[in-house]
Amino acid sequence: MTKTVAAASGAGFREAPAGSEPAVELDGVTIEFALAGGSVFQAVARADLNVGKQEFVAIIGPTGCGKSTLLNAAAGLITPASGSVRVLGGPLDGLNRHAGYLFQQDALLPWKTALDNVAIGLEVAGVPSREAKERARAWLARVGLAAFGDRYPHMLSGGQKKRVALAQVLIRDPRIILMDEPFGPLDAQTRLIMGDLLLKLWSADRKAVMFVTHDLEEALGLADRVVVMSAGPSARIIGDFPIPLSRPRDISEIRLDGSFQELHRDIWHMLKKEVLKAYGEIAQETAS
Amino acid sequence: MRRTSLLLMQGAVAVVIIAFWQIASTTDLIGDPNNISFFFSTPLAVAAQIWMWFATGTIWHHLGITLWESVLAFVIGSVAAVGIGFWFARKPRLAAVFDPYVKAANALPRVVLAPIFTLWFGLGIWSKVALGVTLVFFIVFFNVYQGVKEVNTTILANARMLGMNDRQLLRHVYWPSALSWMFSSLHVSVGFAVVGAVVGEYLGAAGGLGYLIQQAEGVFDVAGVFAGMVVLAAFVLLIDWIVTLAERRLLVWRPEFSKSGR
Ligand SMILES: Nc1ncnc2c1ncn2[C@@H]1O[C@H](COP(=O)(O)OP(=O)(O)O)[C@@H](O)[C@H]1O
Ligand SMILES: [Mg+2]
Repeated sequence: MTKTVAAASGAGFREAPAGSEPAVELDGVTIEFALAGGSVFQAVARADLNVGKQEFVAIIGPTGCGKSTLLNAAAGLITPASGSVRVLGGPLDGLNRHAGYLFQQDALLPWKTALDNVAIGLEVAGVPSREAKERARAWLARVGLAAFGDRYPHMLSGGQKKRVALAQVLIRDPRIILMDEPFGPLDAQTRLIMGDLLLKLWSADRKAVMFVTHDLEEALGLADRVVVMSAGPSARIIGDFPIPLSRPRDISEIRLDGSFQELHRDIWHMLKKEVLKAYGEIAQETAS
Repeated sequence: MRRTSLLLMQGAVAVVIIAFWQIASTTDLIGDPNNISFFFSTPLAVAAQIWMWFATGTIWHHLGITLWESVLAFVIGSVAAVGIGFWFARKPRLAAVFDPYVKAANALPRVVLAPIFTLWFGLGIWSKVALGVTLVFFIVFFNVYQGVKEVNTTILANARMLGMNDRQLLRHVYWPSALSWMFSSLHVSVGFAVVGAVVGEYLGAAGGLGYLIQQAEGVFDVAGVFAGMVVLAAFVLLIDWIVTLAERRLLVWRPEFSKSGR
């Protein structure tokens, strides 16, 4: 059993004037896990990150560095040991009610049909069932699954499940969207299609996005900014690259763009060292 | 095609067994037929007995009693188990306090309870229902408890991020999860409800399949005993088939029960 170490201080912040503040502000966020046997594992150390209200930020880093952990802190699913998380100008207390979270693992309710899975977020918010279903049907159509409403999750392919999950999150119209390697398990073509779909939905109505990935090309294709995390433990944010590629983008074509390749080279230069470090640690662990 | 050939082969097994039984009990190929038919009766005698029961209609009364006892035991045991299983799973301290007692009660062979239940509830159906309940309860209880405890953490986190409060989590996440675990043990718990009823009847009753078998045994009516067992087996198979139908309807969302998978 592990447990997050509770926040040490509850320093009060003054509310900034509405409208100007970022959607998510991570300020010196340190996250620790209490391990069995009493030792403490520091996953993330003093991470600073601001995400603007209409900004698409990709977070990239070697596997196991603490990307999901950082996202969980922004979601309010875990409390940092120190540092502060602010959401839309106010300190985050408990779950982040403004955020929608697309999880890395399958998280659809297996006993509900695709339609009911999408509608549930509205229903629990008090929307009458008929209206919720109506709107869920429209969302399923938007993600290309109009004909799949009465299927249960196990009857859907990996990519279809991710689309349902996307509709499930977006139907609630959250102001902040957290995505944890949402297209990780999908094949290359499906990832491209899902990326395009995501950009289409996002650009219709820009929200703050924190998009975790380990795929640099995906990050560059989607984001306004790419943030690089160092290898863990005590992972930090070590790079912050604006991506000034024009929108709307076509993810498969943008890869041929000259500035895309330049950015790729710069960021990969930094990321590679961290990946090798993480790899070295894994190698050491297996050797000992 | 495959289904019919499977049915044919299943039927063939019965034919072989009955043929062997018939040969052994009427010819001296295996041993003295008088001796064998005294201990095992003969297929014809058993069939005649079953025919008699159905022709005169006496069997319906006993089948009805056993069915009613089984249904009551299943419903009462399941409802109690779902309620208490849920409650314990949501209150770990309570569960920890009662843990040794639950284990002790479950470890007790239920047959020893039968005379006590007869003393408490009389010779009517309720002593048999009580015996069945003690069997059904623990199966369902442990499954529901497990189902609530082992809800997938990602699904739970997702449900919370979708804005569910505690009550909604209970209804949309814990409850379906617990029920699916309960249904996965449906065959066992329904079977145990029947076992409770029949064993209870066997140990002292005024009607039911167990009573019928016990009566036949009392007068060394071997044909009656075998006939009772055959009727009981058919009864259990029928109930098991109904459970399978119910399961397919209730668990359509599970990969192993979807129609396309079969
Ligand atoms: N509940 C936990 N208890 C202990 N260690 C954890 C826990 N969750 C994650 N970690 C550790 O924190 C580090 C970061 O994990 P994670 O955020 O999942 O990485 P990733 O960047 O691959 O998403 C890893 O070393 C992992 O082992
Ligand atoms: Mg992760």
